[in-house]
Amino acid sequence: MSPRYVSGKVLGSLGTLAFVIVFNFFLFRVVEGNPVATLFRGRNLTDAQRAAMRHQFGLDGSKLDQFWHYLVQLAHLNLGRSYETNATVLSEIGAAAWPTIWLVGISTLLSTVIGVAIGIVAAWRRGSVRDHALTSFTMTTYAMPDFWLGMLLLIVFSVLLGWFPIGGISDPTSNTTGIALLADQAYHMVLPCLTLTVAYLGEYAIVMRSSLLDTMREDYLTLARAKGLRDVLVRRRHAVPNALLPVVTLIAINFGFVLSGAIAVESIFSWPGLGHATYAAIRAPDLPMLQGLFLVFSASVIFFNLLADLAYAYLDPRVRTS
Amino acid sequence: MTALAGGKTPSARRITWIRRRRAFAGAWRDYRASTPGLIGLGVLVVIVIGSLAAPLLANHDNLDPSKTLTTPLWASPSQLSPLGTDNLGRPIWDQLVYGSRVSLLVGLAATVIAMVIGSVVGVVAGFYDGWPSAVLMRVTEWFLVIPFLPLAIVLASILGPNVRNVIIVIGITSWPGTARVIRAQVLTVKQRLYVERSRALGAADRHLMLRHIVPNVSPLILANTTLTVPIAILSETTLSFLGLGDPLRASWGRMLDEAFSNGAIGKNAWWYYLPPGIGIVLVVLAFTLVGHALEEVLDPRLRERRS
Repeated sequence: MSPRYVSGKVLGSLGTLAFVIVFNFFLFRVVEGNPVATLFRGRNLTDAQRAAMRHQFGLDGSKLDQFWHYLVQLAHLNLGRSYETNATVLSEIGAAAWPTIWLVGISTLLSTVIGVAIGIVAAWRRGSVRDHALTSFTMTTYAMPDFWLGMLLLIVFSVLLGWFPIGGISDPTSNTTGIALLADQAYHMVLPCLTLTVAYLGEYAIVMRSSLLDTMREDYLTLARAKGLRDVLVRRRHAVPNALLPVVTLIAINFGFVLSGAIAVESIFSWPGLGHATYAAIRAPDLPMLQGLFLVFSASVIFFNLLADLAYAYLDPRVRTS
Repeated sequence: MTALAGGKTPSARRITWIRRRRAFAGAWRDYRASTPGLIGLGVLVVIVIGSLAAPLLANHDNLDPSKTLTTPLWASPSQLSPLGTDNLGRPIWDQLVYGSRVSLLVGLAATVIAMVIGSVVGVVAGFYDGWPSAVLMRVTEWFLVIPFLPLAIVLASILGPNVRNVIIVIGITSWPGTARVIRAQVLTVKQRLYVERSRALGAADRHLMLRHIVPNVSPLILANTTLTVPIAILSETTLSFLGLGDPLRASWGRMLDEAFSNGAIGKNAWWYYLPPGIGIVLVVLAFTLVGHALEEVLDPRLRERRS
């Protein structure tokens, strides 16, 4: 990887981040002339309350003044205060980030490993009964709304069988600490994690299968076989590493998106992460919170996109040298 | 050539039509070879006819809780066929049939918006060199990295919940992928000899784009459309589930939202939460199967792989 390639990608990402910051401002201030009126439609507000609300949003003064105010506050990492809890948006997001990072991290790891394995098995024996069964399974999970899958798992494993808790991150009646608390949290994470794993593995399996099918037509695989390599070795040494390239990019890009994709699933299981915070902010409605969350989600996608570009350049020699 | 053996020289328009009909017949022959594609098409036809014939299949009055005072609440299908009732005594069947209309309408209309924006951006960015193309592709990349769901949520909550806004929100957040694919195709099409020939004969940019470029990328647009509809339907479902759908018109996503928030899970009212979910899975799966089958017919690279 040349330094020029890396610095180009980093600069591009910073440009995108700048766009998102500007976009975030206009989204909330300009799309609809008066967010206060829209968000509190149908509620009785006095003129004084309305004016106070506008001031709190930073909606008084000209648009240019507002924009400057927004940039200065952002530079100080001040995202405003939540209407619901009156805590700063930054601290609220900081508290909600860890449950989401754990949940999304573990489920992404599981869904990629399982999805890639399914894709390899399906592609290597294309057209077999096993391929048809696995492809039907992954297509169906891909077609399911993730929160509906969560509802079904909740009904079967919590309501009917009673194996897992209905929701939350830990048992509120016990005040355990240390290892016991961690175990309790892991126990609460099983169902939401399973939901996200199954909901996302379909995409990885489909991409891996189609990528491996493309690779299997390459001449170097015929050569590897002609050399007398066993089937398993041809697959492990030559086919799979090459077919993995597009999947690696997809994983990195998706990881950024899954952070926000967990909104509905986290709400189903009352998992106190960023998704649940978003759900609560919509229902409230809590504008500063939504704005802050949107910024965090966008920034995470940009970051993981950059990571994907760099990983691709590192893994693919054709990009590395050019 | 038999069609041309009519003595008189047929007009250019007629020749074009004959050629198009042949191409279509050939594409349909290839499509028919794909069993999943046929199954998907069959399911789609049934569901679309069902939603168009909704007034014949279901009673719209039953969606209004003030008119279902005589029906029992939380009735199971054995108490009230075919699918029981919800917490307000409204029959699930009528909601399901009329809900399919909203889900399909939003999915199709949002896709039309996304395809128009994506195709125009893709064709223009691919056709022109220099700064217009660079600017358009930069904007496309920006839209690609903005996380779709939070953007849709923010837009929906700012614009207010109704069917029109949900369509707009999903439409203007779903185009960048299409723009990228179309642009890549335009870049190869514009290098072809007949485009160069037409340009040498003095054709204007507009003529080149509409007569040569667009017809050549239109199969790709079609395949992309069938793959965007299921994503749009799933997005509508999620938005409705988060309470950002139209409160006055029940979609399948809204049914799931109401089932969940009214405690259908605790009551284990499977007749409430299963049918809308199964409907969504069927429609999304059907569109995906049709889309993949079309892709295989229309993309020569994939056709090679299949044989």
